[in-house]
Amino acid sequence: MAILGLAIKSFRNRKFTTGLTVLSIALSVMLLLGIEKIRQGAETSFTSTISGTDLIVGARSSPVQLLLYSVFHIGNPSNNISGHSYEEIRDHPQVEWAIPLSLGDSHKGYRVVGTTVQFYQHYRFARGQQLQLEQGQWFGEGYETAVGAEVAAAIGYNTGDQIIVAHGSGDESFITHKDKPFRVAGILKRTGTPVDRAVYVGLKSIDSIHQGFDGDEHDHDPLMAHDDHAGETEQGSLSAILLGLKSRGAALSMQRSINEDDHEPLTAIMPGVVLLEVWQMMSVVEKILMVVSGLVVVVGLFSMLIILMTSLNERRREMAILRSVGARPAHVFVLIMGEAVFLTLLAIGLGFAMVYGLMVLLQPWLESAFGLYVVISWPNTTELMLLMLIAICGFVVGLIPGIRIYRYSLADGMTIRV
Amino acid sequence: MPEETPVIEIADLRFAWKRGAQPVLNIASLQVNRGERVFLRGPSGSGKSTLLNLLAGVATPQSGVLKVMGQDMNALRSAQRDHFRAHHIGFIFQMFNLIPYLSVVENVTLPCRFSSKRKHKVLAQADSLEQEAIRLLDHLDMAHSDVLHKPVNELSVGQQQRVAAARALIGSPELVIADEPTSSLDADRRTAFIDLLFRECDNANATLIFVSHDNSLVAPFERTIEFDQLNSAASDKQPKLHAVS
Repeated sequence: MAILGLAIKSFRNRKFTTGLTVLSIALSVMLLLGIEKIRQGAETSFTSTISGTDLIVGARSSPVQLLLYSVFHIGNPSNNISGHSYEEIRDHPQVEWAIPLSLGDSHKGYRVVGTTVQFYQHYRFARGQQLQLEQGQWFGEGYETAVGAEVAAAIGYNTGDQIIVAHGSGDESFITHKDKPFRVAGILKRTGTPVDRAVYVGLKSIDSIHQGFDGDEHDHDPLMAHDDHAGETEQGSLSAILLGLKSRGAALSMQRSINEDDHEPLTAIMPGVVLLEVWQMMSVVEKILMVVSGLVVVVGLFSMLIILMTSLNERRREMAILRSVGARPAHVFVLIMGEAVFLTLLAIGLGFAMVYGLMVLLQPWLESAFGLYVVISWPNTTELMLLMLIAICGFVVGLIPGIRIYRYSLADGMTIRV
Repeated sequence: MPEETPVIEIADLRFAWKRGAQPVLNIASLQVNRGERVFLRGPSGSGKSTLLNLLAGVATPQSGVLKVMGQDMNALRSAQRDHFRAHHIGFIFQMFNLIPYLSVVENVTLPCRFSSKRKHKVLAQADSLEQEAIRLLDHLDMAHSDVLHKPVNELSVGQQQRVAAARALIGSPELVIADEPTSSLDADRRTAFIDLLFRECDNANATLIFVSHDNSLVAPFERTIEFDQLNSAASDKQPKLHAVS
């Protein structure tokens, strides 16, 4: 078609300004798609912070609070679970495994989690991934610890180093268990989850450091009650229990029976459900991000409109020449409109290529540094809808100068007014 | 071909840009025959451009007869008139004749993009459109390689007008309309340009309508039409012309 060749040549003639327009729209497309990709990645990462665990049990509290302190190490339990209840739940016929968690101590601002080897064996995150050790081994009996990747990196621990656990969760605690230093037995591989930011010690050793204070070296605040480690029996009290059931289908009835337990007020939650609830509470931020990047696209399209409109007056001459050699007003319309369509499609293509290019480049870094797993896959329907929407907006933007030049060419005919 | 074959026939033509407005054109009769070279003289703003728009089929008269090449322009739909113009008429404007982003040769062959008829006429004589374009440019002393490959906006005004002439003539349209094509040229260049135009129109056996208000150019033309006398609407002191923008 005669007009197509002209449109391409006209574009080439103004390639610098139009190139910049294409680039600005492409960048906005990249931003929009990139944010959408990261949002999806963040949602997936967040909602799979913990996987494979069917129920989390804690003292009676709100589900969100229980999830936050047991999985994210944010906040504190309002009460503990008695050792008796733990044993009862652990021995329940439906329960395949139970991971006891005892919180309350910290090390240089990182949580110290008292647990058992069950944690290493059964804890799953992301898409059912198991914990792995970067070096050394999981802690055994005695004063040994396995530290999360971020803790090890931030403080610079290697296996064999000694660490001292502090009582309470503050960064600067005055009450330390200096008499019982722990030896770093292993360092966990990075998971991109809160596991990286915790220090894991044996449940028995954490009980014993609280039991074993002797008077002379006692730098313990005598006024501070030891509620969170109370009940000095074989099995001390716990902060939370992670449960794996023999069949997932039993989760609901198990949850109900724990919630309705008469002996002790307990709360059981399904982590997946509560994770999604928490994510949705944060969805405002995500929506604001989308709106902002949408506005950036609008700004990009406006710059195209401005470029097309400012070139319109000088192009009226060109249109009169084309009319004189037989072009119809429709041709003239298509020439301008086609340019807008061409620029928009080019920008979408370029933005698309940039997003995927960046994703390929940054994917390993995003995963190791933020635990953000961005899936490189063909665009899903949301993304395609976004691209379609941008394309349609581009066409609409092209209509404005297109209709204008159409009117001009009807009125001007071949009379060139300079 | 007999000299009397009419290329333009006008009878009782009236035209106003808006329905119900005072007519801008009111022409009782005009006939231009094949091969004639007509000087159409009139002051600017007298409605000359409007007549050219009618001849080109960009607008149609409200009443009266307008035939170009025997074709009643009123009987054609606008798309057909656009095709008709592409096939049969070559235009040269006062200035800014060229599309800035096309090369010299592409500018010359531009009408062939819109008219298959002119394209076939060219290809019947030459091997390619480019070859014919270069032949025409050569006649106009414009086929030097340094000129051919220059961006068109770097050509001098005289060179641009010669390229425009080559474009108007390619594919031998029956009617060539030049609307003050020499007004941006200096005096020596004017005569040279008109000579070139005559020669090429003769070669193509084309009818030439040369519109100008410059009396000094009248001499070589075999026929002169005073536009004021032709158009009785202009003598009615019609101030509102077709100014739209």
